[in-house]
Amino acid sequence: MNKVLKNNVVKQILNPSSLVTLLAILAAFLIGGLLIAFANENVQTTAGYLFARPGDFFLAVWNSVFGAYDALFRGSIFNYKAIDSVGMIKPLTETLAYATPITLAGLGMAVAFRSGLFNIGGTGQIIFGAMGAAWVGFSFDLPAIIHLPFAVFAGVLAAALFGGFVGFLKAATGANEVIVTIMLNYIAGLLLFYVLTTPLFQAPGATNPISPEIVASAKYWRFMGDSFRINASFFVMLAMVAAVWWLLNRSSVGFQFRALGHNPSASKVAGINIGLNYVLVMAVSGALAGLAGTSQVLGAEKFLTPSVAASFGFDAITVALLGRSKPLGVLAAGILFGALRAGAVIMQANQKVPIDIVLIVQSLVVLFIAAPPLVRFMFGMSRAAKKAVTA
Amino acid sequence: MKLELRGITKRFGAMTANDNVNLVAEPGQIHCLLGENGAGKSTLMNVLYGLYQADGGDILLDDKVVKFAGPGDAMAAGIGMVHQHFMLIPVFTVAENVILGHEPTKFGGLLDLDAARKQVREISDRFGFEVDPDAIVGDLPVGVQQRVEIIKALMGDAQVLVFDEPTAVLTPQETDELMAIMKQLRSEGKAIVFITHKLREVKEVADKITVIRLGKIVGEASPKSSANELASMMVGRAVDLDVEKSVAKPGKATFKISNLSAWNHAGTKVLDDINLEIHEGEILVIAGVQGNGQTELTEAIIGMHGKTSGSIELDGKELIGKNVKQVLDLGVGFVPEDRTEDGLVAEFTIAENLMLDRSDRKPFAKGISLQLGYLKKFALEKLKQFDIRAQGIDSTASQLSGGNQQKVVLARELSRELRLLVASQPTRGLDVGSIEFVHEQIVATRDSGIPVLIVATELDEATQLGDRIAVMYKGKVIGVVPSSTSRSVLGQMMAGISA
Repeated sequence: MNKVLKNNVVKQILNPSSLVTLLAILAAFLIGGLLIAFANENVQTTAGYLFARPGDFFLAVWNSVFGAYDALFRGSIFNYKAIDSVGMIKPLTETLAYATPITLAGLGMAVAFRSGLFNIGGTGQIIFGAMGAAWVGFSFDLPAIIHLPFAVFAGVLAAALFGGFVGFLKAATGANEVIVTIMLNYIAGLLLFYVLTTPLFQAPGATNPISPEIVASAKYWRFMGDSFRINASFFVMLAMVAAVWWLLNRSSVGFQFRALGHNPSASKVAGINIGLNYVLVMAVSGALAGLAGTSQVLGAEKFLTPSVAASFGFDAITVALLGRSKPLGVLAAGILFGALRAGAVIMQANQKVPIDIVLIVQSLVVLFIAAPPLVRFMFGMSRAAKKAVTA
Repeated sequence: MKLELRGITKRFGAMTANDNVNLVAEPGQIHCLLGENGAGKSTLMNVLYGLYQADGGDILLDDKVVKFAGPGDAMAAGIGMVHQHFMLIPVFTVAENVILGHEPTKFGGLLDLDAARKQVREISDRFGFEVDPDAIVGDLPVGVQQRVEIIKALMGDAQVLVFDEPTAVLTPQETDELMAIMKQLRSEGKAIVFITHKLREVKEVADKITVIRLGKIVGEASPKSSANELASMMVGRAVDLDVEKSVAKPGKATFKISNLSAWNHAGTKVLDDINLEIHEGEILVIAGVQGNGQTELTEAIIGMHGKTSGSIELDGKELIGKNVKQVLDLGVGFVPEDRTEDGLVAEFTIAENLMLDRSDRKPFAKGISLQLGYLKKFALEKLKQFDIRAQGIDSTASQLSGGNQQKVVLARELSRELRLLVASQPTRGLDVGSIEFVHEQIVATRDSGIPVLIVATELDEATQLGDRIAVMYKGKVIGVVPSSTSRSVLGQMMAGISA
């Protein structure tokens, strides 16, 4: 019963119509706008004399909401107020730079979801990927052509083993992957903090938990110059979108993953090795999250710090759900989240809108996607209307 | 009380499940509603019981129009329903189950179990049910559980009783007992509606027969009509219910089960020292009431059952200790009893389902790259060969009817190089046309010199399809007999009495 229920919930989340997805995003921005207005000082002041001069109030609301979303746009897509062309296109590159780890980790979660496994361990797997890549990145001095691939490989391997371990536990003991991955997130986070205080990882002479700088030969190439954070891991991410698509739709391995995701008992009767597939799914899922970790530590940042995973692990889950666990959907959702994150910085700096608003918008998007009837209700769509629209 | 359904119409979206259905059940009569699975019988009864609201038409009791907003209304009006799947709580006693939903109370709102016990005893004595009000329902045999359901229906002083496929889970003896109970209820003046697709039962008890097909009443039939006539009415074309098969020409015994025992997770023995042999070109049917170890036996053969001892040999190779994939690779074809749960991936296309067991090898994959061109060719060929009715090979399994789903499973299993075919209730829930097809395929497999093991719960299927019949009871094989053995002997064996 529990299993059936869980499967149904997963199915529901993975299969909203595109229209519901779009409306969910729209609804989230509308409610986000309300919150921005509520939190704005001018709005609060003008509300005090709302009945005396309602015009002031509505102008203040408009200014706060428009200002915030304008800043969001300028921070994430195109800054038309910038003084030079670099400043104008920088926001877009920032969006893509943020989108890279989110999408990579999101692809990992998507592979697990499509296979019927709820991998909540993105955070831990990103950390392992970052640790592996960073250690190779700062410990060796090799030609770039070897060093970077070696560092990336080390990160991916560490994360794949860390993820695969979860699959092994599930196959061997029946352990619930949700609980195991959540707990392993803590273990990975605390382990990272610990190793950053040991000589193995801590930069010589440093008092705070930080690694030595990654050697230049192990860094992803910043192809637009050093003032842009976007780097070659962006192309790795695009390649992975294609690779995951191929894996899921064109390979026998992915076929078995999907069979397992839809109907484990029929898969078992058809001779598919369930246990082995659990391990494989979680290893692939972990490897992709690990790539996200390498993108962070070898690309966007130059050091390994305890906050390397940021909120990417959980964003990845959201992005996978939002993208319906399909590679292109995950890419689109990843870019949306990258834009929100890049724009949030400007929104906070220019308009004093708390960065939490963006987190709320992100959360609302997921909330609405998980509850299609709510969205249909909000937009006055009946079931019949929905059919007519999507047909 | 007389029940009349007048012009009942019920639609689900574009599908009309009941189309202008008329039915009259008189007091003191058993009225059979005969139709295939999916003909709209259960929908009609759910409308009557207030679970669905009709889109058109009226329900009349003693010529007065009534409206039921829910089962509570229907019960209060004197309609009792015995469901196909029992609505009982296994850990409660009979008395507790019977009063569920309208618990009698005494002073202070306390539950009055004594009153419940008394009522159960009264009804039980009046109809000779022999049901102990204090027995735990889960401990009772299925036949007795069903009587608890009947008591439940009678508690509200029901005058119209509806039996929805009541014999699906019963042994032949229990079925006979149920028939006797129905006749007795009839003599008490109850109006009885008996829903079934089993012709033998219809002919035995029916006073009137109404045949329903694709949601429409196609006519009334006399209980004196022959089984083939009734079946033809039910299906809408001439059918021959007998399985066409020549005399078996058994070869060597290539499949042997010796001293096979198995235990479930709780450590209870579920298979007890099974010894069986099947020859090439022979069909052995495992008969028995569901839940007597048949599922465990097939699981043990294909390598899915955990704890087992003994030996299962195919072509001299031991199967025990091998995993499912290894067993399938030795040439075992397996048709599981629950095709939607174990046989197919509902969300996958027909083509994808056809390669479910071989997706990782040639010719379906080169390395790990799926050969979709080959798959398409293969699927189109199977679609034609097995007469799978679908929009195309890209229809998902969930869009197919039960019969076509089963054809997909058969197509997949029979397209491997087989050395043994194991099919568990291969015709369960199928329409008559599909049953014929499935039987033909199984007989053809036998005739190509392959040993075939069929699990059947219906005696007619067992005797018609089998060359020999092994009867299972409580995890044991009670005996292996020729398929010409009489129903009564087989029925006794199914109840655990050795022949």
